[in-house]
Amino acid sequence: MALLEVENLQTHFRTPDGVNRAVDGVSFHVNAGETVAIVGESGCGKSVTSMSILRLIPEPPGKIAGAIRFQGRDLLKLSDREMRDIRGNEISMIFQEPMTSLNPVLTVGRQIGETLRLHQGLSKQQAEEKAVEMLTLVGIPEPRRRVREYPHQLSGGMRQRVMIAIALACNPKLLIADEPTTALDVTIQAQILELMKDLKHRVGAAIVLITHDLGVVAEVAERVIVMYAGRKVEEAAVGPLFNDPKHPYTQGLLGSMPKLGSSLHGDEGRLAEIPGLVPSLKKKIDGCVFAGRCPKVTDLCRQVAPALEEKAPGHVAACHYAIKEGAIAA
Amino acid sequence: MASATLLSPIEAAPPQGVAAAAPMPDVLPPVKPRKGFIGFVRRHPTMAIGGALLLLMVLVAIFAPLLGTTDPTALAPARRTREPSAMYWFGTDMLGRDVYSRVLYGARVSLIVGFSVAILASVVGLAIGMVSGYVRILDSIVMRVMDGLMSIPPILLAIALMALTRGSVQNVIIAITIAEIPRVSRLVRGVVLSLREQPYVEAAVAAGTRTPSIILRHILPNTLAPITVQATYICAAAMITEAILSFIGAGTPPTIPSWGNIMAEGRALWQVKPYIVFFPAIFLSITVLAVNLLGDGLRDALDPRMAKRL
Amino acid sequence: MSASDARSAGGQGGLNRPYQPQGVPILDVTDLKKHYPLRGGFFGGTTGHVYAVDGVSFQIARGETLSLVGESGCGKSTVGKAVLRLFDITAGQVVLDGKRIDDLSAGALRPVRRRVQVVFQDPFSSLNPRMRVRDILAEPIRNFGLARDSRDMEARVAKLMDTVRLPRDAVNRWPHEFSGGQRQRIGIARALAAEPDLIVCDEAVSALDVSVKAQIVNLLQDLQQELGLALLFISHDLAIVEHMTHRVAVMYLGKIVEVAPKRSLFAAPKHPYTEALLSAVPVPSPGAARQRIILKGDVPSPINPPKGCRFHTRCPYAFDRCRVEEPTLNHVATALDPGHVAACHLHDRPEAENPLAIAKGAALVAA
Repeated sequence: MALLEVENLQTHFRTPDGVNRAVDGVSFHVNAGETVAIVGESGCGKSVTSMSILRLIPEPPGKIAGAIRFQGRDLLKLSDREMRDIRGNEISMIFQEPMTSLNPVLTVGRQIGETLRLHQGLSKQQAEEKAVEMLTLVGIPEPRRRVREYPHQLSGGMRQRVMIAIALACNPKLLIADEPTTALDVTIQAQILELMKDLKHRVGAAIVLITHDLGVVAEVAERVIVMYAGRKVEEAAVGPLFNDPKHPYTQGLLGSMPKLGSSLHGDEGRLAEIPGLVPSLKKKIDGCVFAGRCPKVTDLCRQVAPALEEKAPGHVAACHYAIKEGAIAA
Repeated sequence: MASATLLSPIEAAPPQGVAAAAPMPDVLPPVKPRKGFIGFVRRHPTMAIGGALLLLMVLVAIFAPLLGTTDPTALAPARRTREPSAMYWFGTDMLGRDVYSRVLYGARVSLIVGFSVAILASVVGLAIGMVSGYVRILDSIVMRVMDGLMSIPPILLAIALMALTRGSVQNVIIAITIAEIPRVSRLVRGVVLSLREQPYVEAAVAAGTRTPSIILRHILPNTLAPITVQATYICAAAMITEAILSFIGAGTPPTIPSWGNIMAEGRALWQVKPYIVFFPAIFLSITVLAVNLLGDGLRDALDPRMAKRL
Repeated sequence: MSASDARSAGGQGGLNRPYQPQGVPILDVTDLKKHYPLRGGFFGGTTGHVYAVDGVSFQIARGETLSLVGESGCGKSTVGKAVLRLFDITAGQVVLDGKRIDDLSAGALRPVRRRVQVVFQDPFSSLNPRMRVRDILAEPIRNFGLARDSRDMEARVAKLMDTVRLPRDAVNRWPHEFSGGQRQRIGIARALAAEPDLIVCDEAVSALDVSVKAQIVNLLQDLQQELGLALLFISHDLAIVEHMTHRVAVMYLGKIVEVAPKRSLFAAPKHPYTEALLSAVPVPSPGAARQRIILKGDVPSPINPPKGCRFHTRCPYAFDRCRVEEPTLNHVATALDPGHVAACHLHDRPEAENPLAIAKGAALVAA
């Protein structure tokens, strides 16, 4: 059994202009200890998906449907109290902006200790000891001094390390990281990515990584889910996804990224563009969600929404025209 | 299907048996997007309620002579302190004047004072705030003066100013305006300082726009939204201040019916004849509530962060 | 040699061929400094300075793209704003097309402003929400008196919309009616309206989604070729920079540490900071074998920059001399291009003791 199974997740919001179908029928699973990345551009529903898993969507105006099974228990059926026991304990989250997600008036030690005292009932001394231990784990120098400091006394990279320390304090089985390095500079991002890879081996938590940066995905993920307009359009292990993308959207995304080192080969032609705009999620879309921007679109795509099909072992895509490997062999 | 190997996925024929995705059910009942009046009410219910209540008050004030009122200043010692009845809807006061008529005419004073102060304080505050935000040399001087004014509670400042002059509606307006100006200036100055850093203002500077144009076309229009919201709160505060001034006898002269005056005159009798105080108080509360609702609605509608929400 | 020749010059010869500017550079910045005073204490006196930009020199030729790269707080945006004269600089010279502009009065500066325009990062705050697209585009045209009459103005605005691939009838709409990418196109059209020689692109594509970013990058490149524009492209995104620049200047803590033609820099970086930057960029090739250099610690404060070489606190190769003596930008003998300069003491050492003597670019970026 997978650690997390999301089945037909739908997260909709009521707005005065109509129902915003931010996430509309997304299914995936995460195995214990695995790193799964959810990529897509702004508004594709990747962050809403992660917030839905922790039930952090305000209802109303939002509404979550489907099933989110964590260790076999459907999180959507739990009471608020049971959900609180899971948040920050068995499933924890790292946010993009380390400054705003830390409380500016509490010391770093208090903030790490708080979750421990809440979930594991540690005493004040024990919590501080554990906080120092966690800061050491995430590579903060002089943890005994830092534990008594306030967030504003730390740099951006340090704050993100503290966020990770808080998230890992209770030994969660699942860590949801929403754009954990987007706000950081590239050299600091490299430090944090290195730390996440290192911690993964030592802590063994599964990670759901939400990001728009395909480079970060290639660095840390094992399996990748590509989202577009609230749907999952492709899913594969990281290698096949980058080397042999099946969905035209994934192909377009990879083609529109300039590659570092391009000048070394002299391949500096025009970047591929994906023309047009993401469709409004407030209207029901008949057919394929990508039809309006797809270079390979046909009438079939506009009329019939493609199902997710296994195009190669472990590689699914929602496209009528993506070649099935099995079919070729036959 | 073997031919597919030779073709790129574009030309490939659709595979036999198209795999269609199962349609997703509706989770929420469908919302019909509305335009026009219904759409406005649904989008901004606070603003709609506040606006409607305020409009009602304005109409009442304007059409007071047509709403079954009598002369609000006519004395009739014979029918003093009558209880509310079909004849005297809100009763009569200790001089026999009809409280219903006095309350309706009183709305005129409150609304005139509220609107006048809101407009005057906004215009003057806007000018002072603009200068302060743009001419940095004057800034520290102007703002220290404003700090000094702000250290005195507005109501005390208004009482002090009223003590210097004769009681009249005009003087009440001036006194409350002076007391409210520092708050507006501070707000405008803050907005101007943050707008000056906006990329579109920097781009306009780079595009050779002269400073007066920058202020007129780029700064001023973008201060209007926060100013309008602030003006509604000032309007509400001014109506309360006017009532307080009149209540303690430092405001509108007793010859003119205003809610403060009516309450002041009913004060001595409020334990036995509470309706004399009760009706003007209710009207004042409803009007202030209406203006505040309108302000809250405006703030939500004009705040881009809130507007971008979903 | 035109911009397009420089870009298409590939192969063995091209790698070593510098971009050869002709005549007077369009922009010549010498020893630019911008220090912000820190006020504090009871009387509000100056208690120190933020050394945001501390002695920066570079040139941009006509039709050339120079990219200014570095991490947040390195002073690259401050350089861009100094070139635009959005504030007075502390010291140094900014010379535009042979004419010094940093000491001009506001009145004398106004006509010169036409020649340098800007495109900002945030497509949402860079357009005045209370102005229609037509008025946004007309403002620079009117300011510089470029249109003969109202018909000419209409024609110019329409042409600008064509240039940035937006429908002409969109001029009557408000900024909030457009998507981020479309707004960025309007921002570019506004910059072009003044018919400039140089456009400062301050992180002009950083806030956009991947697919939209490609559209805007392509547009900027097309415009540069069509109009012969020079670009000062300020960015932290090295892959985009490599894609669209001729030369690169790398900034660290208010100073330029390396300047080189693109190929020379990416194939063989000659400053340890550039090397670390290149190795830190995540590349979309899973499992690529690459040499990683993870820098320790954070960027020091620009209020109190380190003595000697500013990078020595994080440099993996720092030795004693780096802590006391500040290196200057010098030509590097081992570079692929003679126009390659770097500020690093390593190049004074014998090649055997210089880890940057060899061309490491390919290993760093897994190309």
